[in-house]
Amino acid sequence: MKCRKCGGTAVLELRRHNAAFCADDFQEFFRNQVREAIRRHRMFTIDEPVLVAVSGGKDSLALWDVLIDEGYRTTGLYLDLGIFDYSVESRGKCEAFAAARGVPLMIKRVEEEVGAPVPVIKQVTRRPPCSGCGLSKRYLMNRAALEAGMPVVATGHNLDDEAATLFGSVMHWQMDSLPRQSPALASTHPKLVRRVKPLYRLSERETAAFAFLRRIDYIVDECPFAKGATSIAHKEILNRMEDASPGAKHNFLFGFLEKARPAFERAEAVVLNECVRCGQVTTGTLCAFCKLADQVKRSV
Amino acid sequence: MKVVLRNPRREVELAGNRRVKDVLRELDILPETVLVIRGDELVTADQLVTDADTIELRPVMSGGAQ
Ligand code: SF4
Ligand SMILES: [Zn+2]
Ligand SMILES: [Zn+2]
Repeated sequence: MKCRKCGGTAVLELRRHNAAFCADDFQEFFRNQVREAIRRHRMFTIDEPVLVAVSGGKDSLALWDVLIDEGYRTTGLYLDLGIFDYSVESRGKCEAFAAARGVPLMIKRVEEEVGAPVPVIKQVTRRPPCSGCGLSKRYLMNRAALEAGMPVVATGHNLDDEAATLFGSVMHWQMDSLPRQSPALASTHPKLVRRVKPLYRLSERETAAFAFLRRIDYIVDECPFAKGATSIAHKEILNRMEDASPGAKHNFLFGFLEKARPAFERAEAVVLNECVRCGQVTTGTLCAFCKLADQVKRSV
Repeated sequence: MKVVLRNPRREVELAGNRRVKDVLRELDILPETVLVIRGDELVTADQLVTDADTIELRPVMSGGAQ
């Protein structure tokens, strides 16, 4: 296979683009997709400090790598979930990356913030681990950005993540999550920072290839709780569709974003309050994070 | 050839030369779900892997709730 750009030996075939690229031209393609995402959704400007949520995995480290090289002022945020060896190893990858690139990394421990690490939260709540984990992550990202005076959090969500989330929402017709699914969520309250996903145009195979070609040392092993997660099942279904019809995932996600999403936007705005305990944004009086922390405190 | 699979890490031996796409088909792995790595390079589906080669099929899937 030959590179579409230069005719050299290709290292990666992108069937959905009907193209193959050599290592250098693939990296340029990748960076262009990130630039396009940032530009199209006005994710952030070169003057704004960006908090990059990093997990030690390929997506978030690839994102951080591109943003650093593009000249953005970034700080990494690693959330230590306390998930056994997985957390120890993934934290090490983030620390090594930050040290090698000379960029600041903030670390927050879920155990300290919630009162227990994710495996204990799972037992206490008797809910899937990803639910307490996801809730804590979203909350802590926002609060960390606010405390550091950063207007925007960037996460490493890729095209497959977004397509799988959309698939799940459509399967259950979740009318509240459909309008919120977007590559960029504007701040709707002074205490909510902007949330952006600059990798949404790139598949997970593309982010893996970029991380590999850039020699980024990322954690290949999965979070031990990922196995049973429904989003993984949805990714598998979508990958089978993709295999039969290249571009299926892209068309599913981009068709939604461009054509269908506006139809799900609700006329009435939700009322946002500040949590009576922590001051973060909630639709009730006590926020979901504080409720979780209470529940954990009662049982450990 | 030796084929290294991950999560959990394990190895499979296949006899003879094959194209990458045939290795994937034989192991029932969708091309979209892995990077194919030989040494420190990525290889495309049409490339030939010889009996003496070792290739790694590195899964690209990640996640749970994000
Ligand atoms: S797979 Fe679930 S538990 Fe593991 S890090 Fe992701 S959200 Fe958290
Ligand atoms: Zn080229
Ligand atoms: Zn609260």
